Amino acid sequence: MDLSLSVEHGILRDSVERFVRESYPFDKRRKIVDESESFLQENWQDFSKLGWLGLNLPEEFGGNGGSAVDTMVVAEALGPGLILEPFLETVVIGSKLIQVGSNEKQKSEFLSNLVRGRLILTFAFAEPQSRYSLSDVQLSAKPNGDQFVLNGKKAVVRHASSADKIIVSARTAGDRRDKHGITLFLVERNSPGLSRRDYRLQDDIPASELIFDNVCLRRTAMIGDLDCALPMVELVVDHGIAMVCAEAVGIMSALYTATLQYVKTREQFGQPIGKFQVIKHRMVDMLMACEEARSMAYMATLKLDESDPNVRKRAASAAKVSIGKAARFVGQQSIQLHGGMGMTDELDVGHYFKRLTMIDILFGDVDFHLKRYSACASD
Amino acid sequence: MFREEVREFVTRELDPSIKHKVDNGLYLQKEDHLCWQGALYKQGWMAPNWPESFGGTGWSPIQRYVFDEECAMGGAPPVVPFGVKMVAPVIMKYGTNEQKAHYLPRILSSEDWWCQGYSEPNAGSDLASLKTSAVPRGSSYIVNGTKIWTTYAHCADMMFCLVRTDPSEKLQQGISFLLIDMQTPGITVRPITTFDGRRDINEVIFEDVVVPIENLVGDEGRGWDCAKSLLSHERIGITKVAQSKRQIARLKQISATEEIDGNLLKHDALFRRKLASIEIDLMALEYTELRLLSDLSKGRTPGPESSLLKIRGTEIQQKITELLVESVGYYAQPYLPEVLYEGREDCAVGPEYAPGLAPYYFNWRKASITGGTNEIQRNIIAKKILDL
Repeated sequence: MDLSLSVEHGILRDSVERFVRESYPFDKRRKIVDESESFLQENWQDFSKLGWLGLNLPEEFGGNGGSAVDTMVVAEALGPGLILEPFLETVVIGSKLIQVGSNEKQKSEFLSNLVRGRLILTFAFAEPQSRYSLSDVQLSAKPNGDQFVLNGKKAVVRHASSADKIIVSARTAGDRRDKHGITLFLVERNSPGLSRRDYRLQDDIPASELIFDNVCLRRTAMIGDLDCALPMVELVVDHGIAMVCAEAVGIMSALYTATLQYVKTREQFGQPIGKFQVIKHRMVDMLMACEEARSMAYMATLKLDESDPNVRKRAASAAKVSIGKAARFVGQQSIQLHGGMGMTDELDVGHYFKRLTMIDILFGDVDFHLKRYSACASD
Repeated sequence: MFREEVREFVTRELDPSIKHKVDNGLYLQKEDHLCWQGALYKQGWMAPNWPESFGGTGWSPIQRYVFDEECAMGGAPPVVPFGVKMVAPVIMKYGTNEQKAHYLPRILSSEDWWCQGYSEPNAGSDLASLKTSAVPRGSSYIVNGTKIWTTYAHCADMMFCLVRTDPSEKLQQGISFLLIDMQTPGITVRPITTFDGRRDINEVIFEDVVVPIENLVGDEGRGWDCAKSLLSHERIGITKVAQSKRQIARLKQISATEEIDGNLLKHDALFRRKLASIEIDLMALEYTELRLLSDLSKGRTPGPESSLLKIRGTEIQQKITELLVESVGYYAQPYLPEVLYEGREDCAVGPEYAPGLAPYYFNWRKASITGGTNEIQRNIIAKKILDL
């Protein structure tokens, strides 16, 4: 088993890191947050030009035909940029759902637009009552002639305000928490009957509450088979988990580096505070947490294509637990060791910490994934 | 009996809009604090930590403890400590009769709002290396330098400040304790936004600020004694057992509403384990503090044990903020400044109790940094108790 990254991956990583350094510095990002509703279109076009929107897509759609490891490399390198763009929603989740669920005609239309930066997607899966359960779906889709009529709510939908199309999980059969009876639909953002309440998350990602009030869809808006969407949902969410784990690794790494630099230069009691043993040991613990997190993100990525879904799920949950714990420790200690400076909005440290905290919640926190891991392990 | 009396008072006097803000972790304005402190003042309960001769309540340490607990459980905002809990005991111990007569009544009535000028950009954990200078000229000191992380400096009337009056003396020697009117020309207050979005702390710059010599507390060059005495008082306050109990009660309320896997969160095994664990930690801290209070009521002065209370108190507070964030799932994510700052319910997203939780978690990371970091507190214990 070779777990070293290839030369090509190194080149890819370098190019993303250069982009973050030169085109996505922290003060520029702050300006985008202050002055725009969501993110800058021109950045998204840059993502497209750099080939990041089609990393994993087959070449027939204009993609690079790469693997999940490519996504991991890019996500980790994008991490320190605290990007505001819908990379996770469009490139990782949306494109995967289209690939596994749409017909050939839709695939070719949607994916080639996506690669060119002309189609932004997002996935509305959570509901006000669902917490992290992907099968807790109350939003209903009722057949009416050759249409479906959607009614209900979706919660904290990232990038819904800029997504051209929103993929929505809906209940087509069974009770609220049944695994069977969930169907995916592709909904135009501006569909009549669909209203939004927009806001930003703690880490500045744009998100919305969605209310569906008799939103009418044609049957062709369905992705995948009727009533049988849950395995597909679990698959793409595991891809999402692997990606945000890699992003978290990139952020932890940036925090570790910044904190190490700080304790080497900040002097108190006549010496750099990094000379004190308590600080040395803390930094070593942070380094170990970062390294284990990196290993787990890689492991989860490699298991994404496992044919046994239980193996994949267990790996994704293990990574989410491990990285959730590591991110909390590294985030909190980075602030602690920066002292008062760590509390300021001016420094990037607090913003890294906020993003890590949001990633911990996204797709389920440590407790949720401990349970999921344990359930998959005993199946 | 006493407990019921306090409870009845809080229920009667606490403005419902302030209670709502405290209950939901929304941001309090200065007027909110003044309103509650005004009610305490009228009742004669503003300064339970003061001797009766200055307007204290004459309560035993245990009664004060009950009082704090009832106020917190009733949703009252904590009294802003800089005046009544921090500078006042120093003025009582080291101040002149004139200083006592002038400042103490104004602190009691909240007429003066105080801030603390201790940390500097290059003097944080190593506070004794502070450089802000006060040079005598005639009947005044001329103050120059920069203070940082100064909570409420932007709305304070007065600052108690550590300044260096003798630059030839090293470290603790040569430091004096000075009271500075924030309206004096030459003072610039620059707000510092913290990463949770709040603007409570500031940088304060002094440029040739003229401070009357009678504003010196204690002897010139003996300011470190004042600071030490104050810090040991601050550390008792920092335990916040009562507030932690209140937050645990809030966590329980939330867990009785939130659902997980088709059940209420309060029935979830992992959640129950964490809740029980933090309650037990808090109990251990509470009984440690009660033991210390019993000793204090027999006339002992607070010593390095207060560092222990600060460390454990802040660790527990911070753990509770983590559990609060976890309790609401995705609804900890939306950042809703209109709700946090203006209390605008119409802008709310998710349950009413959710918007303040993540900002509270973020903001409370400061607890293990302010008032001497927890690393410094451990050094104090190692040195003073363990002699290491």
